[in-house]
Amino acid sequence: MIRFDQVSKRYPGGHEALSRVSFDVPAGDMLFLTGHSGAGKSTLLKLIMLMERASQGQVLVNNQNLNRLSNRQIPLLRRQVGVVFQNHQLLFDRSVFDNVALPLMIEGYHPREAARRVRAALDKVGLLKKEKQNPIVLSGGEQQRVGIARAVVNKPRLLLADEPTGNLDPELSAEIMRLFQQFNDVGVTVMIASHDISLIRRLNRRVLGLADGQLVHDGVLPHVTDPQTTEG
Amino acid sequence: MSQIRKPLKAEAADSRDAGAGQPRGRGGDSGASVYRTQVSDRWRSYLAHHRHSARDSLQRLLATPLQSLMTWLVIAVALALPAAMKTALDNVQVLGDSWQGVPQLSVFLNPRARPAAIDAFRDQLQKHPQVKGVEYISPEQALKEFEARSGMGNALSSLDSNPLPPTLLVVPRDDLDAAALAALGDKLKAEPVVDDVVFDRAWVERLHQLLALGERLVLALGGLLGLGVILVIGNTIRLSIENRRDEIVVIKLVGGTDAFVRRPFLYTGIWYGLGGGLIALVLQLLLLWLLSGPVAALADSYQSHFGLAGLGLLGSLNLLLLAALVGWLGAWLAVGKHLGEIQPR
Repeated sequence: MIRFDQVSKRYPGGHEALSRVSFDVPAGDMLFLTGHSGAGKSTLLKLIMLMERASQGQVLVNNQNLNRLSNRQIPLLRRQVGVVFQNHQLLFDRSVFDNVALPLMIEGYHPREAARRVRAALDKVGLLKKEKQNPIVLSGGEQQRVGIARAVVNKPRLLLADEPTGNLDPELSAEIMRLFQQFNDVGVTVMIASHDISLIRRLNRRVLGLADGQLVHDGVLPHVTDPQTTEG
Repeated sequence: MSQIRKPLKAEAADSRDAGAGQPRGRGGDSGASVYRTQVSDRWRSYLAHHRHSARDSLQRLLATPLQSLMTWLVIAVALALPAAMKTALDNVQVLGDSWQGVPQLSVFLNPRARPAAIDAFRDQLQKHPQVKGVEYISPEQALKEFEARSGMGNALSSLDSNPLPPTLLVVPRDDLDAAALAALGDKLKAEPVVDDVVFDRAWVERLHQLLALGERLVLALGGLLGLGVILVIGNTIRLSIENRRDEIVVIKLVGGTDAFVRRPFLYTGIWYGLGGGLIALVLQLLLLWLLSGPVAALADSYQSHFGLAGLGLLGSLNLLLLAALVGWLGAWLAVGKHLGEIQPR
């Protein structure tokens, strides 16, 4: 589903955010991306959804070489990838329902079908009763769940999440993680950037550890604390 | 492209549906769960988004009425000025055209010519193949007419003798062009009995040249003011793009195309243009209404039934169309310049 082949990303100014990172994520996998801030987690996610382009190497998503996608094709790639953002990226000038419906509106769904899917997604995250509210009145955890509903509403085969539990207490975090697991159970490839090591350890999944732009760990976390991937 | 648009496999979508917590009863409803957007749906949704963008952008303008009104007024004034000049030109043109119909030559004769010579010349002219008719106006007749029309009878009666020459009004055949007319005039001027020949049409031609000049001026002024309108709308749209930055970022993040992002702003530009055009029309009507009284009085003094004409239905529609087009263009330029700068980071 995702393949990185010797990928480097150098920002203008010379800072190298990623250097020669290679890994392969088969379809249906669920994995975590860890590392302290500045290690390159966000850059890696941005490369997958073409918010940034690799300076070197190849990124393949769903067998599509992203280097060969023109800027005009970026929207079509993003429709295939659901993304949950740390800062939610919700719009406070419209209802919860309209926020979740946005990707479907863009893709041109029939309103009836769109409404059915939006309600299904909201039901899934337990917010069906709040569809008419403005997301600004919701709690942080609820806003995050609206973001998740929007990310999955058009049934992407790949779901990315950037620090989805960043501002949540442990109980809410665990709940969010359960949601992601449920999506993974039905075949969605899920990749979560997080530094919540204790939570990751409990889930016992594959972990990609980044430090200073280099891939320093790939595999299930051992139960001994690895200082390089746990700090921050 | 085809690779990332790969259709979902039916069974994968089905199982995901079930896992996504949708009612189990829909398990058999595979037609719905593998729903993909059809061309007809896309078309309908495309139109729906146009409708939605048009309505939403108008509502946004009306939500800040004072601010929008200011912009509309600026556009209206910029449009009303060239439109008013054009209307004025059109009216003068109508005036000129109505007098242009009877081209005639005023042939002023030597005041000392004998009546017999004048009669002979007149007969000779009447038989001329290029002449349709000849009318003789004696100095006495001319004086009477001048006194009646000009209101300067007193000044003339104080003169010892009649300064006006005997005159022949020669109406040439209709099919004569300007060159033949000039040749005829030259020929008449060469006659010993003739003092001078004046083309009554000369001033009309001069008027037409002036009108052509005016037309150019209107075009140039209209072009300049149109550019101003484009810049005003462009700047206003730039501000509204800035205000909706978050929305643009989110739409781009979830896969909105540039056209999708652009659409509401283009409609905003069209609404600015149309609103400005409408107010310009109202200004124009006000101006006509203000001027129609004085113009009618002036026309009366010339025994004319001339009245001011406005833009008319077609002209008004043209103005609105042009205004909308200018608005759209301004928006398009602003959007093209600023939308690319807004990328999710």
